[in-house]
Amino acid sequence: MSGWPLLSLVTFLPLVGVVFILLIKGDKEAADRNARYTALWATLFTFVISIGLWASFDSSTAEFQFVERLPWIADGVAYHLGIDGISLLFVILTTFLMPICVVASWEAIDTRVREYMIALLVMETMMIGVFCALDFVLFYLFFEGGLIPMFLIIGVWGGAQRIYSTFKFFLYTLVGSVLLLVAVIYLYVETGTTDVPALMKAGLPSEVQRWLWLAFLASFAVKVPMWPVHTWLPDAHVEAPTAGSVILAGVLLKMGGYGFLRFSIPMLPDASVYFAPLIFSLSVVAIIYTSLVALMQEDMKKLIAYASVAHMGFVTLGTFTFTQQGIEGGLFQMLSHGLISGALFLSVGVVYDRLHTREISRYGGLVHRMPMYAFVFMVFTLANAGLPGTSGFVGEFLSLVGVFQISSWVALLATTGIILGAAYSLWLYRRVVFGPLTKSDLKTMLDLSPREIAIFAPLVATIVFFGVYPDALLGAMHASVENLILQHQAALAQVRTAALLTY
Amino acid sequence: MQTLLFGDIATLASEMVIALAAMALLMIGVFRGDRSTRLVAWLSVLTLAAALALLLDGGDSTTIALRGMFVADPFALFAKVVVLLGSAFAIVLSMAYIEREGMARFEYPVLILFATLGMMMMVSANNLMALYLGVELQSLALYVVAALRRDSLRSTEAGLKYFVLGALSSGMLLYGCSLIYGFTGTTSFESLSALFLDRGAQPSLGLLIGLVFLISGLAFKVSAVPFHMWAPDVYEGAPTPVTAFFAVAPKVAAMALFLRAVIAPFIELVGQWQQIIVFIAIASMLLGAFAAIHQTNIKRLMAYSSIGHMGYALVGLAAGTPEGVRGVLVYLAIYAAMNVGAFALILTMRQKGGMVEGISDLAGLSRTHPFRAGFFAIFMFSLAGIPPLAGFFAKFYVFIAAVNAGLYALAVIGVLASVVGAYYYLRIVKIMYFDAPTEPFVRPIGGEMTVIVGLTGAFTLLYVFYPAPLIAAAQTAAQALFR
Repeated sequence: MSGWPLLSLVTFLPLVGVVFILLIKGDKEAADRNARYTALWATLFTFVISIGLWASFDSSTAEFQFVERLPWIADGVAYHLGIDGISLLFVILTTFLMPICVVASWEAIDTRVREYMIALLVMETMMIGVFCALDFVLFYLFFEGGLIPMFLIIGVWGGAQRIYSTFKFFLYTLVGSVLLLVAVIYLYVETGTTDVPALMKAGLPSEVQRWLWLAFLASFAVKVPMWPVHTWLPDAHVEAPTAGSVILAGVLLKMGGYGFLRFSIPMLPDASVYFAPLIFSLSVVAIIYTSLVALMQEDMKKLIAYASVAHMGFVTLGTFTFTQQGIEGGLFQMLSHGLISGALFLSVGVVYDRLHTREISRYGGLVHRMPMYAFVFMVFTLANAGLPGTSGFVGEFLSLVGVFQISSWVALLATTGIILGAAYSLWLYRRVVFGPLTKSDLKTMLDLSPREIAIFAPLVATIVFFGVYPDALLGAMHASVENLILQHQAALAQVRTAALLTY
Repeated sequence: MQTLLFGDIATLASEMVIALAAMALLMIGVFRGDRSTRLVAWLSVLTLAAALALLLDGGDSTTIALRGMFVADPFALFAKVVVLLGSAFAIVLSMAYIEREGMARFEYPVLILFATLGMMMMVSANNLMALYLGVELQSLALYVVAALRRDSLRSTEAGLKYFVLGALSSGMLLYGCSLIYGFTGTTSFESLSALFLDRGAQPSLGLLIGLVFLISGLAFKVSAVPFHMWAPDVYEGAPTPVTAFFAVAPKVAAMALFLRAVIAPFIELVGQWQQIIVFIAIASMLLGAFAAIHQTNIKRLMAYSSIGHMGYALVGLAAGTPEGVRGVLVYLAIYAAMNVGAFALILTMRQKGGMVEGISDLAGLSRTHPFRAGFFAIFMFSLAGIPPLAGFFAKFYVFIAAVNAGLYALAVIGVLASVVGAYYYLRIVKIMYFDAPTEPFVRPIGGEMTVIVGLTGAFTLLYVFYPAPLIAAAQTAAQALFR
């Protein structure tokens, strides 16, 4: 372990890129090019350092590692960073996706490039900060702060309905978050600290836990998003530029699931058990209902967006089983979905850049003109459908194993989601890629450019690699998840005994 | 007696500096005419800076002067620092404007000095008489400043409206003071607080009515609902630099006075006034949020915004604890910085044809003037209370106090109102960033504007990295009120 504050470095390195971009002078052409390269280097450096984190991460312990602690606001509210097996992989996911986002925006974004890259880099800092923060206020800061760049990314560089969508995204998320803020303040007032490890040991009375849990839910459920508060997602996804969709689906949605794992379950164990049936019901509805909705979409991005809601349903299902498989499945599903949905949005971006439409019926027979595209799109589609051998399978399978231990009925209903998932994924693929190539404007479409290959190659590789060798991820999270469950059970026992003593 | 007098002078040093300088500058102005406006303005700023230096040099001990009328304590110190900075920035902001728009009268900076003197007396008031005198000195100067543009119908209308409604509120304030005096036999905050401490139990009905009148008068001065009606009209009608001044220093001073007048003498009666403050706070937050949505004039929008912000500040007062007062003070300091910055940018909204005030005139600002738009967006997000900007911390501290005092409903309504409020701040960002550009603004905005915008913008953006000193200062100040 070196003396370097590695986590702060990873978190704030993108901001250094922002400073450089602000300093860029020169005519528009040169400034745009420099902005692109600066952003690319900043995100790549961040990725390399985060890989260093993973390399020196000790996966045999559930302790928080790379801990940094500085006095900040007051006693009990400190600048406290640290990662464990649960958060490490989200940090890597973020830093991995960001260079891809920068490259994906290379040509697609040609207006106000500097501002765009600044927004992307600020976004990256906020997202990494969310996963590194071990202080609730600090977490909240990053969690909310990410709204600002995302609001601008959708609003400035988005599609036709962008203003409606970005306001909806912002206000929806904000309503949930402010209730979380009240809960954080309550925790602070009651326990005198917002330190996450300390709060995990707080052992609050169960009556209080339930109220706090609902406030947490308000925020995390919107972010996940869970049915019925998912409606902002299809709008935001459809209107966002490709990189924006990738960030939304790849990382932002994960903050909700991460929030459940980091805050709701360890801090409010009793309420989490109490409300688990609610989560199960909402998740099952999400899986079945949004899968059916996805089947009927005319717009490619909307279809993927609804599919995301369904996939995140598996995450919440698995998480609230409180079993090793369920939670690891949920985590794995989040990471894998981050890759797959990001990849799918990028695939849509490829054809959108050429034809400027996302309507499924405008496509067909692409395989004749774009064989390479057809191949990568196929990998992603099959992964989305949860084909064994891709990372999509492992997450869904493990979550369902977890759910079976709790309730076979829930598992039965949730499994239908996999069938539906295969249906909408394959049908989308068939309509876009197969069939006769009849439309005249499709006949001139070019296959993937080297830049696009550079985007897709790492995604294909990781999706297949983690599908074949899931232990690469599971090994890192294993100890932390085990500890989470142990702590959870201990805390439950404690609350139960306390409750018995009062009678 | 002699030593007492000298002691008083030392305690009142910065007030005296302002009073004497204001009179001296008035003489300069009278003899040299309006040509001297710029000189008078800079000398006024210098005076305020000197007063600030004297104030900081005086340290934060608690001294009582003028036979118990005047108290210098950390609380007053904190409020005075914010007030002095607010006034100084307001003068600097207005210089270019008043020269350009033919409003260059030397009375303007002098009047601001007198108003500032009134505010300093207000925040140091230790007696209902001193309170009233301070309020009146401030208000009379403000009435004139609002109507400074004598040939403008809007400006004179604003001044007159402010005067009539202000006189009404002063009447209520005075009536409240006299009732309190009538039912307790004292006007001193210390004796009042001792009175309730001893008796402990029920205050008389007359006293409570007096307290209600006192609170109403003060609520008017901070433009809290339901005494807010004057604010949008006055904000819109007054010349923009005057509005910038109104939005900061007088608000801060009035809120500080509100804190002192309610807490210093009546803290034992917290159960009696808490519900009134809770009501005023909720009403202000909601009205500020909802009424601002449909505004088209940026100054009017800022008026509703400030009504809402006063509601949030009152959340801290409603808690009635040192923590709450600390929250209010932090709120005021951050609010002042954000508003100075935002108004500095509003003052640069000048097209070829002259000043504009429509929100739609900001369309496409991010493309015509990216830096101005960037700072404006920072102020708007901060006013909306989005972290990691300073405005978030302002709200954070008052809500901590509210939750700690068990006012959960107030906290929840407050945060939900802030979501509604976020909508209209976002609308401005949307207009600047998402809409197509209209006619660009006149380009050079002047060195002093750049400096002010830069300073306040940096404060708003970077406060997150070093929040401790402001909190510590506010903490000391708040404790002084609960001696």
